[in-house]
Amino acid sequence: MTVKRLDSNQPDSFSFNKEDNDLIEKILKNYPKDRKQSAVVPSLYIAQKRAGGWLPEKAISKVAEILEMPKMRVLEIATFYSMFNLKPTGDHFIQVCGTTPCWLRGSDKIKEACIKLVGKEGEVSSDSISWLEVECLGACVNAPAVQVNEDYYEDLNYENMIDLINNLKNNKSIKAGSQIGRVSSEPYNVDNKNA
Amino acid sequence: MLKSEDKIFNNLYGFEPSNLAGAKKRGDWSNTKDILHKDRNEIIEELTKSGLRGRGGAGFPTATKWSFMPKEPTGKNHYLVVNADESEPGTCKDRDIIRNEPHKLLEGCVIACKAMGANICYIYIRGEFYNERIALEKALNEAYENGLVGKNACGSGVDIDIYIHHGAGAYICGEETALLESLEGKKGMPRLKPPFPAASGLYGCPTTVNNVESIAVVPTILRRGAEWFSSLGRERNTGTKIFCISGHVNNPCNVEEEMGIPLKELIEKHAGGVRGGWDNLLAVIPGGSSVPMLPKDICDTVLMDFDSLQAVNSGLGTAAVIVMDKSTDLIKAISRISYFYKHESCGQCTPCREGTTWLWEMMEKMANGKARVDEIDTLLDLTKRIEGHCICALGDAAAWPVQGLIRHFRSYMEDRLISTKNKILVEQ
Repeated sequence: MTVKRLDSNQPDSFSFNKEDNDLIEKILKNYPKDRKQSAVVPSLYIAQKRAGGWLPEKAISKVAEILEMPKMRVLEIATFYSMFNLKPTGDHFIQVCGTTPCWLRGSDKIKEACIKLVGKEGEVSSDSISWLEVECLGACVNAPAVQVNEDYYEDLNYENMIDLINNLKNNKSIKAGSQIGRVSSEPYNVDNKNA
Repeated sequence: MLKSEDKIFNNLYGFEPSNLAGAKKRGDWSNTKDILHKDRNEIIEELTKSGLRGRGGAGFPTATKWSFMPKEPTGKNHYLVVNADESEPGTCKDRDIIRNEPHKLLEGCVIACKAMGANICYIYIRGEFYNERIALEKALNEAYENGLVGKNACGSGVDIDIYIHHGAGAYICGEETALLESLEGKKGMPRLKPPFPAASGLYGCPTTVNNVESIAVVPTILRRGAEWFSSLGRERNTGTKIFCISGHVNNPCNVEEEMGIPLKELIEKHAGGVRGGWDNLLAVIPGGSSVPMLPKDICDTVLMDFDSLQAVNSGLGTAAVIVMDKSTDLIKAISRISYFYKHESCGQCTPCREGTTWLWEMMEKMANGKARVDEIDTLLDLTKRIEGHCICALGDAAAWPVQGLIRHFRSYMEDRLISTKNKILVEQ
């Protein structure tokens, strides 16, 4: 278990735009009419995106209002699921996988690169990048891996992680996925058709 | 070694298009209508004969699970829920199925729904798999547009709807009842059983939860026949399986192989061998972080299937092979797994919530050499106080890796503790 609390600095307002509302409306159609609560995780996800990568209290209230849920129940969800951030994150939010399969292949070095170029874990840098160590991302045969916002970057080492962060800083586009040229989970540099 | 014509997932690596046209070329959706016209019992019987056991970790026979569903309509919705909340450390097979073979999964959903009398299917995918979810949504839209899913699916006269739902980062939601709670919009806390989901699952309705791989192999089994599937592997451990080989190997990869392949052959043929050669091997976790590790001497000969691994006090789990060579700090490696379980415990049961924290703290002490030798027994005792005392298996899963370490590497741990103590004494 981890303890998460609402941030002490809260914005004055929060609102969804039309696109968000339409999307929530569409998601609600996936569940029986009297089961709006089922849409709480997807709705909070949309709210987090709208608020810039984290969930202010007002966003939580808004979701509760739309789904006709007690606010406490929504707050409970926001604190339970690890992808919901209750504190601001950078525009580029790097989640470094540190679980054993990634650790065996050098995730400590990836963290080192983050500390060097971004700073302390959990703090937003002046160029709006932040990083956090997370649990298994599920890309173990492409370890070590990180997730930046939605995209996975895999087969990392200290050097290409440094390149990755520098490219984020300079807003250069980076190809998601393997950083050593693998298509997905095939063995590297082998006649992989018959692997 | 599995012949290429016996492979089920021919596009596991995504070298070919994953769209409907590509999938049809590989044989997906080719005679789904005929399969759907079969009687429910006929499909279940064929699957029983194939010997398919659940690919999510527990290895429960898939056909038996389906047969628990009510035989007649109950007036409620009946649900199939596909567990795509893949987050067991070491495991990344469902991700490949979802992004590269999504139509195998969708076709499997349609057939499974028919066989268990379900009318609605939810696929619960972990929140981190954003791009995989988009790929699956795209495939689902294609399937709807072509009348393969929805009203009169594949022209069979059966109505089957499929919806995709996503989580937001919680390992515990891979436990089937926690997954249902999460799907209902609650915290993912496992339910007490009974009632089992087949009697009262999602929204109190009859529900079956299956792993992605279990569902995705069904169409091929029914197409090629139970006899073909059961001719692969060994008795009670039939068919093919996707193995995820990670850690200290030269070429970490996912690969589909026959069940019962020797572990050594699996690593050497597909993953380019252990870094520094087989003799550099220290230990292997054969089935995802939850199962106890095996030392090299067992790895030399053990076969990769449910029963063989159970016989050596481990398990096939999700078939995620985590290889550790002699450079590994084994205590640290297991300690990191203990931290994972501490982080992921939902907090509902006291032995797990408190116990996983203690486990991790004691493991860190051991890794740093700051514990006494007799505390290894205290640690073992602690694992026994968690194991079997909680609603779900997360507590067990936290206990087993530590038990495996102590079982096979007690002297390794003692050496660490004694040498650190001596070092401190010398320094003083």
